[in-house]
Amino acid sequence: MGGFHSVPEDQRYRELADKTGFSLEQIGCLHNRFKQLSHNEDTLRRDDFSKIPDLACNPIQAEIIEAFFDKRNFQSHGVGTVEEIGFEEFLTIMAYFRPPSLNMSEEQREELRRIKLRFLFNMHDTDNDGTITLEEYRHVVEELLSRSGALGRETAKGIADAAMLEVASISMGHMEPDEFYEGITFEQFLKILKGIEIESRMHIRFLNVDTTVLCK
Amino acid sequence: MGGHWISLHFLTFVTLTSLLASGAKGEIPPRPINTAGPPITQNNGPQSFPEQTKTNLPLFTVDYSRIQIPFEITLWVLLASFAKIGFHVYNKITIWVPESCLLIGVGLIVGSIMHAVHEEPPAVLSSNVFFLYMLPPIVLDSGYFMPTRAFFENIGTVLWFAVVGTLWNSIGIGISLFTICQIEAFGVQDINLQENLLFAAIISAVDPVAVLTVFEDVNVNEQLYIVVFGECLFNDAVTVVLYNLFNHVAELPVVDAPDVFLGVARFFVVGLGGVLFGFLFGVVASFTTRFTGKVGEIEPLFIFMYSYLAYLVAEMFGISSITAIVTCALTMKYYVEENVSQRSCTTIRHVIKMMGSVSETLIFFFLGVVTITTEHEWNWGYISFTLLFAVVWRGLGVLVLTQIINPFRTIPFNLKDQFGLAYGGLRGAISFALVFTLPDNIGRKKLFITATIVIIIFTVFIQGISIRPLIELMNVRKTNRNLDTINVEVHSRTMEHTIAGIEDLCGQWSHHYWKDKFIKFNNSFIRKILIRDNRAESSIVALYKKLELQNAMEILDSVSADISNTPLDELLPDKKPSSNPKKKFLATDLRNMHDILSKNMYKIRQRTVAYTNKYAMPNDTRSKEILIRRHASIRRSLRPGSFQNQDVARSHKYLSLPAGQNLESQFPPKRMSHVGDGDTMSEMGYPAVRARFGRAQRPSSSSGMPLHMLDTVREAPSSVSLVDEQQPLRDSHSHRAPHLPGTRAPIPRTRNGSSGDNGDTARGPREEEEEEEEQQPLSPPPVWAPARQGEGRAQAPLLRPQWKPRPQPKP
Repeated sequence: MGGFHSVPEDQRYRELADKTGFSLEQIGCLHNRFKQLSHNEDTLRRDDFSKIPDLACNPIQAEIIEAFFDKRNFQSHGVGTVEEIGFEEFLTIMAYFRPPSLNMSEEQREELRRIKLRFLFNMHDTDNDGTITLEEYRHVVEELLSRSGALGRETAKGIADAAMLEVASISMGHMEPDEFYEGITFEQFLKILKGIEIESRMHIRFLNVDTTVLCK
Repeated sequence: MGGHWISLHFLTFVTLTSLLASGAKGEIPPRPINTAGPPITQNNGPQSFPEQTKTNLPLFTVDYSRIQIPFEITLWVLLASFAKIGFHVYNKITIWVPESCLLIGVGLIVGSIMHAVHEEPPAVLSSNVFFLYMLPPIVLDSGYFMPTRAFFENIGTVLWFAVVGTLWNSIGIGISLFTICQIEAFGVQDINLQENLLFAAIISAVDPVAVLTVFEDVNVNEQLYIVVFGECLFNDAVTVVLYNLFNHVAELPVVDAPDVFLGVARFFVVGLGGVLFGFLFGVVASFTTRFTGKVGEIEPLFIFMYSYLAYLVAEMFGISSITAIVTCALTMKYYVEENVSQRSCTTIRHVIKMMGSVSETLIFFFLGVVTITTEHEWNWGYISFTLLFAVVWRGLGVLVLTQIINPFRTIPFNLKDQFGLAYGGLRGAISFALVFTLPDNIGRKKLFITATIVIIIFTVFIQGISIRPLIELMNVRKTNRNLDTINVEVHSRTMEHTIAGIEDLCGQWSHHYWKDKFIKFNNSFIRKILIRDNRAESSIVALYKKLELQNAMEILDSVSADISNTPLDELLPDKKPSSNPKKKFLATDLRNMHDILSKNMYKIRQRTVAYTNKYAMPNDTRSKEILIRRHASIRRSLRPGSFQNQDVARSHKYLSLPAGQNLESQFPPKRMSHVGDGDTMSEMGYPAVRARFGRAQRPSSSSGMPLHMLDTVREAPSSVSLVDEQQPLRDSHSHRAPHLPGTRAPIPRTRNGSSGDNGDTARGPREEEEEEEEQQPLSPPPVWAPARQGEGRAQAPLLRPQWKPRPQPKP
């Protein structure tokens, strides 16, 4: 965060590379982008994110931005949100989107999968109570549909409810009549997304070439 | 040879094979240029019968020669189709032996029979017939059912392998064979370089139909699958271009530098020209279907005609017709499928599948027959080296090309994948047809035919049969493709948006970025022009609507069937219609109907999915858990008697399927859990289902049965379920106290506003949705209003799927 420029960049990059797994070139590119976004400040604020024109069209823009300020995503036991993030945090978030490497053991793959899914889960679980409640789920679906024109909240609600029921049926099996489905826990989240290869699909190709000049 | 003789034969012969043999007797001597033309005039067989009966009106005439060619073609197609039926009678065979092997096998048998009785195979496979009639269906089939999404995500690799790989193989094999030809011991010095290259181009056409089937069965990973698929599609194009090129060059006495340069330039003209033409025709086709709403019967025709037109025009200009038809299919597919009605959509798919399948079947079949019946020129040296080079260059090519492409791929191919790719290089129908249609002035045509047949048989039989055990043994990366839950859809969607967002954030563009841009462009411009109902829809909504609609159709269906077939009083709640034996009969009927329905529904697909089996329709029935929930509510109201069933708990898996017993007997679980074997579409971002379907259905609902009928039906639960649900409701109220209010409460009904009273709170979301759907295009008649107030407890409260209805209503 602070004092970023006091340390020689090279060494600093190397530390970050060890920490996040990015290559030095990639860190360089991302750092350029970071500076571009933050207007050469050391930290990024929410305002800086919401000014990105491409992001403005994203239906879940708010969630994405929020993920960058969510302590859970860059500290192991962090809770709550921060107001501004430094480059290291920025990079840590980006590291969630690194592609899996070619030679991975099954355990590593599983671990990577958990990490990535945890990130997604945290995006949904806004109040950090360990479950995605119906309310949170509905919110997500609404956001997803928010760019689709006049579809209305009713549809979103219907979908969220149906999805929730689906999870309940998959994960809870038999429920007693007086039982109540609390919401999707992380374990259940893992379970329902069992089939998709998150580890290989949730990734971005981080280029080694600087593209900041092309970006608005 | 005479018509009379044939006719007697025809009457006496019983078996199809002998029929064919006799039919072949009347074959036109050498080979017709165009077999599709009316054959009478060319036929020089004696036609003495009419002359003899000049004086009297003949009582019974037979004019076989007149119908000979279409008749024979029909019989051949029939025989090949029978063979296919035969294979599937014994399911186990097709698991271990690819269908193409079996077809060739049957062809071999038929060929031997014909050879034994000294028959000639029908000469339908001329160059013109092949290129104008047999190839287009095969290619259209592949192009139309290509998993678009996976294809575009891997387009670079696919093209790399298809174009560069095929070039690599052709040139590599060609030059190596030319070197071999210099060895005197083989006695093939007369084959020059051009002819070797031509031959190499022919046998480089990889046709991995059999492999795709295997890949599909073992759920091999998406990347590998699509590369093999795309390769088979586009290398057809490359091969045909090369074939024409070398064919032209092979006729030249001397080849100099300008020829080579022109050849290379032509290669690009041919390829890109094909893309352009295909795109053009695709857009026109999509645009046309905007206006075909009123002429539903001929709607599918436009698709075939435009595709074929694209093919023919491309052929006319000498550019790649295969590329043209594939691009055409790719371009129009989504727009057309959105424009045309459900029926037309189904028709289009079936016809394309059918024609493609028939073409391919025939070619394999002929391959078997021709293998036996043609004269072969056997040259050990040349043929074994051809085989060796084909295998070696393929392996080398994959190895080298993956090394080059891997750094550009996010998920690189590992060694196992590469093995799959290399080993999947079966040669097939295209190679055979190409070599068979070589011009006769190629000196060693017979040798080429023999060598090609050897390669095809070797690859199809040995590699085709062994690839499944090998893939399973090696444990190549797998993909799970049967994920049809709403949750998966929602979360994948979120993930994609997140990725796109992060890409925007870090200024890195990849296909997500371009996909995003394209979808935006598509939604704002293209769809407005090409699509009748141009409302942009999120795919989640599309999925949801589709489920809704499907359900609605089923309900309407069953309801109308019930209503039309049962006396009215049976529908009343206090009867037990299930005790009626007549119902049993109905149930099977219904099941059939629903099977048909669920197959024919136009379905959305998730991205993980969706490959098409070359030989099977993409028949995707999706998980219907949620639907069943709503279904149950309606169904239950139809059959309130079953409510008192004790078996309710058994069905708890299906959420609120309290009418378990009855529903299960009517719609056996088989249908619900049926997993489709794949659809090609992965249509994220291509909104799929529109209210149009609903509209199409609705008239039938309103005209087919009086609305008050439905009303009865909907009202019905009030008598039963009010009591039934009181208990769980109370439970939920008392239980809810410690929880956060709001988050877990059953959904309050907002639709009816103030009129939604307490009873309405218990209504499931599905119910709401249904009403919403019904309200959109068809404003509900006032009859419905009173019914709604009191009813509505039929639905399970949300998130309490396991409530049990009381066995008996309390007095």
